[in-house]
Amino acid sequence: MADAPPPLAACALRLGDDALILGQRLSEWCGHAPAIEIDLSLANVALDQIGQAAHFLGLAGEIEGKGRDADKLAFHRDVMDFANCLLVEQPNGDFAQTVARQFLFSHYQELLYAALAESKDARFAAIAAKALKEVKYHATLASDWVVRLGDGAEESRARMIAGLDWMWRFADELFAADEIDAALGLDKAALRSAWDARIDAVLADATLERPAAHRPVLGGRTGRHSEHLGHLLSEMQFLQRAYPGAAW
Amino acid sequence: MVTAQAPAWTAGVPPASDGAIDAASPAVQAVRALLANVPDPEIPAVSVIDLGIVRDVSALRVLITPTYTGCPATLAIEQAIRAALDGGGFADVAIETTLSPPWSTDWISDRGREKLRAYGIAPPPKGAAAASLKNQAPAECPRCGSSETEEISRFGSTPCKALWRCTACAEPFDRFKCH
Ligand SMILES: [Zn+2]
Repeated sequence: MADAPPPLAACALRLGDDALILGQRLSEWCGHAPAIEIDLSLANVALDQIGQAAHFLGLAGEIEGKGRDADKLAFHRDVMDFANCLLVEQPNGDFAQTVARQFLFSHYQELLYAALAESKDARFAAIAAKALKEVKYHATLASDWVVRLGDGAEESRARMIAGLDWMWRFADELFAADEIDAALGLDKAALRSAWDARIDAVLADATLERPAAHRPVLGGRTGRHSEHLGHLLSEMQFLQRAYPGAAW
Repeated sequence: MVTAQAPAWTAGVPPASDGAIDAASPAVQAVRALLANVPDPEIPAVSVIDLGIVRDVSALRVLITPTYTGCPATLAIEQAIRAALDGGGFADVAIETTLSPPWSTDWISDRGREKLRAYGIAPPPKGAAAASLKNQAPAECPRCGSSETEEISRFGSTPCKALWRCTACAEPFDRFKCH
């Protein structure tokens, strides 16, 4: 593992890695979704996330000051140096599982960016304020699908319940606060009650119950990832691994 | 050398576009005129000025802002502006990018809105109407003008557009999303 980056760079890395890994995951749906509406929407969300990742990773490199740009950080780090939460690296599964992941994450990301837009650090605030507009669409999209699947047919409902049940165990990590986030004046734990209220309201609309409490799974922020991230990176980073420094 | 004037957008006011360039120096006017002919790469019917991508122009630099963080056209837009500046004899005018304040569809000029409509894209609602993602007022069909329209997909062929359908004339159309 590389030397620990300065706290503010680590904050930017977390934000960038969350967006990058989720963007990469969602892009796996491109051309595979069962309906064009879904294909377009997931590709659009992926594009927004990758755009946000480029900004946050660029900022991380700038703060770090070692000459690494967003591409270098995205394509030339190994699993243990990624600081994304475990939720975003979870495989797409079926569409309901993808929706469950997006639903839990987008509401968190919207609340996070809203808080970050008020940050004293103008660089973080500018990216967050810009990205917030995009993420509102993502949260609305995911919520609509939770209701459509949950309050839908027997099969879609069963799959939505299963998807939420799997993803739920990764939710606590989103709100785990530490000294790195404190460097940015960010209190993620304080976002939890607003997130709970949003999630509960949509679940009520979808006639679904909250999944049963799971033992929370943590570790992503400190580089302890599931096996899934390595597979994702091997595909995403293939070109730079095979042809280091390739450019066109 | 231009005096350090506060750019219009710092007061929350969209930059002057279209005709409102009277206070600017001849060089700034010339640059603005060049930019008014630089089309958006994805919607060539409108210019980078019409879309509000150009935030400020001085004799030293053009300040631009991306529409979406992941907009694939961002680089193409910058290159097109660079080419226009170089071709117009303004090779020493720099291009700078800012994220703040974030781009808003409210910055699309009235002329830009007309051009979008003529091109077959329903322009986005302005101001408070944009605040709510749910319960949006129906788009006006750019072909027949009917308000008997419905959203097919909130996400369309580019990040900035949603897919709609007119139930009066049965044509599908793009609607520029509120942003
Ligand atoms: Zn019509």
